[in-house]
Amino acid sequence: MKQYVIIGNGVAATGCVEGIRSADPEGKITVISGENRPVYCRPLISYYLEGKATPEKMNYRNPDFAEKMHCAYLYGKQAVQLDAKTVVLDDGTVLPYDEVCIAAGSVPFVPPFAGLDTVEKQFSFMTMDDALALDAAVNKDSRVLIVGAGLIGLKCAEGLHGRVASITVCDLADRVLSSILDTRSAAVMRQHLEENGIHLLLGDTVSRFEKNVASMRSGTEVEFDVLVLAVGVKANTALARQAGAEVNRGILVNEKMETTVPGIFAAGDCTEGMDASLGQRRVLAILPNAYLQGRCAGINMAGGNAVHDRAIPMNSLGLLGLHAMTAGTAFSEADGGSMVEEKSEAGWKRFFLKDGYLTGFMLLGDVDRAGIYTALIREKTPLDSIDFAALKKSPTLAAMPKENRRKKLGGVV
Amino acid sequence: MKRVYVNEEWCLGCHLCEYNCAFANSGETDMVKALKGKPIFPRIRVEGENLIHFAVSCRHCQDPICVNSCISGALSVKDGRVCIDHTRCVGCLTCMLVCPYGALSKGPEGAVQKCELCLENACGEPACVKGCPNRAIVYEER
Repeated sequence: MKQYVIIGNGVAATGCVEGIRSADPEGKITVISGENRPVYCRPLISYYLEGKATPEKMNYRNPDFAEKMHCAYLYGKQAVQLDAKTVVLDDGTVLPYDEVCIAAGSVPFVPPFAGLDTVEKQFSFMTMDDALALDAAVNKDSRVLIVGAGLIGLKCAEGLHGRVASITVCDLADRVLSSILDTRSAAVMRQHLEENGIHLLLGDTVSRFEKNVASMRSGTEVEFDVLVLAVGVKANTALARQAGAEVNRGILVNEKMETTVPGIFAAGDCTEGMDASLGQRRVLAILPNAYLQGRCAGINMAGGNAVHDRAIPMNSLGLLGLHAMTAGTAFSEADGGSMVEEKSEAGWKRFFLKDGYLTGFMLLGDVDRAGIYTALIREKTPLDSIDFAALKKSPTLAAMPKENRRKKLGGVV
Repeated sequence: MKRVYVNEEWCLGCHLCEYNCAFANSGETDMVKALKGKPIFPRIRVEGENLIHFAVSCRHCQDPICVNSCISGALSVKDGRVCIDHTRCVGCLTCMLVCPYGALSKGPEGAVQKCELCLENACGEPACVKGCPNRAIVYEER
């Protein structure tokens, strides 16, 4: 009987458990969970702040999951050492393994701000514990400063909106959501956020904290009661390095989720795998990728033959009523890319093309049926085989070749 | 498993399936009261113009990317059927971003809605199929 160890207990780890069990009903699975609770839906922590999600409704799997998968969970434990045969935990436990998957996720990255230790109420915004602590720390009079106008920082701002006296968000980048939006799209989102009372300080960062005052590089001073640090995250790669696996920004994995060390797999936010829209490896720290990578790793660990080779960046997020969806890669003109824009009353769409293929898009407001666009990127559909002129106005299967439609709508998919 | 399939050669483009779908899922017993003068929220959609028409609804994929991508655990597979728990959906719309058929949409309350083959409502069998005048939409094993 094979022994499997999974390091981490998030979405990738859960995918891994399900992947293993789809191919091996017998083997012994041990999951090491740093957090002291069953797997939950991490991206819902901002909805928890907002009062739209309750802890009971945030569990990612049913309470009988562990039993059904007959899988042992070790809660509140950290793996501290990994070699070719064993995993060692922080309490000294040694777990032998035949196959191991590192699904350790990422941790907040906090730059060394001067005077940060003088700030009494400071929080990260990654875990349920972070959300519970922040929830308890704010009241209607709180002035909140969020450092980082990325996905985490702005979802946190949305969660607190209406619950606190003021929200200021600063970012070193000159635009909001700089990892997924270009300058023009970000300007639309920025205006929307400002109209809703979020105070934005862009192209600016904190040079020094002194208790409840942040002195910005621009010279501005921001007084606050509660500080949220959402600058960025870094992949948990220490164990993989220790085991001799190649690591860049994340643990390098191939399309089977194998690291460069035989018998050691990795999945989720801690990895760096192929981005099919970019044609290069990059960290794709998004939930769908975490699940699919985890499941792929699990199947292969159990001797199956799974491949995950269509990963692309995909983000869907609403912020105070304006919805943004982005996918793929926006190649610049210098890299051979071009951009097509489509504006309507419902919203704004920007499509990025290269070599006759759609490689990426950014949609604001008008997001209905966006998956039809996403599929064009993932399936690498040549644009000359479809009616893209019609499609960019409105995503429709009518713009696809009839044979393609017959297969998709007339058969089991 | 039985699924809804469409035959575009027979579709008249009459949009009746959309009305029957919206009515079946409205919870009302009177069609006029349910639909007249209101925005309707069908889970099936007739596409095309001029000569080509066809209806699109959830394919109940064998490996549904919407379920794999759902951030809230609201989407799940029950006996092969892709189902949504409206009390868990937070309206992030990730499923709409990934579905290659465009088969999920925003419902009236903010949560996402999708075809559940009318097994969660009072109809008990797909209302789109039952009401299709030209049998262009069928519910069968393939």
